Amino acid sequence: MSDAEVILRADDVVKHFPIKDKLFGNSGVIHAVDGVSLDLHEGEVVGVVGESGCGKSTLANMLMLLDAPTSGRILFRGKDIATFSDDETRTYRREVQMVFQDTFGSLDPRMPISDALTEPFSVHRDVLPKEHWNDRVRELLALVGLDPDHANRYPHQFSGGQRQRICIARALALGPKVLVCDEPVSALDVSVQAQVVNLLKDLRDEFGLSYVFVAHDLSVVRQIADRVAVMYLGQIVEMGDESDVLLHPSHPYTQALISALPTPDSEGRMVGERIVLTGELPSPSDPPSGCRFRTRCWMAQPRCASEEPALIDRGTGRPVACHFVDPASAAS
Amino acid sequence: MPEPVLLVDGLQVEFRTEDGTVKAVDGVSYALDRGEVLAILGESGSGKTVHARAIMRILDSPPAFITGGTARLGDLELLSIDEADMRVIRGARVAMLFQDPHTALDPVFTVGDQMVELLRARRDLSTREARVEAIDLLERVGIPSARSRMRAYPHQLSGGIAQRVMVAMAVALGPDVLLADEPTSSLDVTVQAQVLELLAALVAETQMAMVLITHNLAVAVGLARRIAVMYAGRIVEIGPARDIYTNPKHPYTAALLRSIPDIEVREERLPAIMGSPPNLLRPPSGCAFHPRCPLADDRCRVEAPTLDEVVPGRASACFHADKVQR
Repeated sequence: MSDAEVILRADDVVKHFPIKDKLFGNSGVIHAVDGVSLDLHEGEVVGVVGESGCGKSTLANMLMLLDAPTSGRILFRGKDIATFSDDETRTYRREVQMVFQDTFGSLDPRMPISDALTEPFSVHRDVLPKEHWNDRVRELLALVGLDPDHANRYPHQFSGGQRQRICIARALALGPKVLVCDEPVSALDVSVQAQVVNLLKDLRDEFGLSYVFVAHDLSVVRQIADRVAVMYLGQIVEMGDESDVLLHPSHPYTQALISALPTPDSEGRMVGERIVLTGELPSPSDPPSGCRFRTRCWMAQPRCASEEPALIDRGTGRPVACHFVDPASAAS
Repeated sequence: MPEPVLLVDGLQVEFRTEDGTVKAVDGVSYALDRGEVLAILGESGSGKTVHARAIMRILDSPPAFITGGTARLGDLELLSIDEADMRVIRGARVAMLFQDPHTALDPVFTVGDQMVELLRARRDLSTREARVEAIDLLERVGIPSARSRMRAYPHQLSGGIAQRVMVAMAVALGPDVLLADEPTSSLDVTVQAQVLELLAALVAETQMAMVLITHNLAVAVGLARRIAVMYAGRIVEIGPARDIYTNPKHPYTAALLRSIPDIEVREERLPAIMGSPPNLLRPPSGCAFHPRCPLADDRCRVEAPTLDEVVPGRASACFHADKVQR
């Protein structure tokens, strides 16, 4: 992947949300994203995984220009998106599209899906003359495996998996380069989830798309991502090739995440020493000093409270933010 | 053979809507022993939740109507009992745990208020006694600093702690049967593991029986002794959890098993189940799974198979049960 051009880059991105309590005059900040750097190469799928509150959706929103970073930069083809002119912003909005988890919330219930699919063309007038819109809708529906004759149906007439296909079709309408997918299959039943993952893989191959694939389900991420970034409390704790991170995790948090997945073996026995994390996710308004994971980590030492571990290669061939990485843990 | 604690027989629930009648639950039967965990595995629309709400008698009616069957809890017939009597039984004999603890808890009362109210309404306790009992219950479900959590409002609790509070309230009156509807599905995986361990420990300790409703096969295999797989309102396969996992006897179960992504294996293409779940307003003829089934033949298109024993202790509703491969 390192040969391909970096199309989208997050460079030390921080997002703090101020909290104001009018009644008592307290104030503080939620550290939603705290210094995240990430490269997305052309044609690459980067999985961003973590539990609720880790900042993965806030990161996705910033990539989509839905939220502005408190500090740090997001670069599209090397240029800071915060400095874009109006024209450049329009182009960016065409080239970077989003797919959400909630398909009901993403489609207007009173609009036939043909309208949802032509809306991108009515916003970006210069892309396609109006007389071609209907043909393009049929093309898009066929592309995502739906019947083009169903273009005049309404969202409720489709199943959840079909609605997600419609949302993907809409995201593809303007011929984007990058899709930011925020939990695109987690609301779907497993039997349907597999179809949508396959569709996303096909589309990536056909159009050379790049995906930022935000998800909490590591088994799904394994199927589609080339590289994986694991987030905890607003920071990336480990990052690397999908098989390295998901099969030979180095950071204790990644290890706990993977071991928490209930996995029966071929005999139906539950296998592996399960690492059950104690305690709760600390509040992002008051993250622990030093290593943010230390309050739940079984390997924590006094040093973890005083010294924040940097996200660097510690002998495992990929960056890990932990003082006590055992290079042998990454041996395969 | 010990007497089953819950015996569900031929349960049917219909939804009468403007667009037509939907048979959401179409003849569900099973027996549950004391201390047993039975998982009901199914996808959305399979009827797994509706069946539990029917047993609890908390369906919204209309549009939902119980149109047939029985649910015997000891000497009680839950489906025909008076609402006034059912109020006494809910919680005390059969309790339900819901997916989203934050909508199940009242946002304007503290955890302590809600627990004390429950205990005082149902057991003859003073406020002081109820408080002591509530703190004890919170400690039993593993809530750290239970005394101070009594003063917390639901929004101050994380999902995992809120669900533990719900577990404490569900077991507070010592029910014989707990219907747990996707109890960990809204929780993060690391917290999910904790709550599953708690439920397993409570079942072992109190010998209550649990119906674990889930869409997650691994959760079902991890916690349940037996699994019932539901599709389109019916149980299509039932048997020991491990046998179902290693050697399914219904093509839907087999397809479901194959379509679950495995973190150990990166597949070029995931083996998805073709087609969409059935629209129950216009259910398929014959076997409801036939439009998506690789084994379907002419008979499957016209005749609905019954749930018959294929090997002792295992039943499958498929004419081709012997040909099913994992």
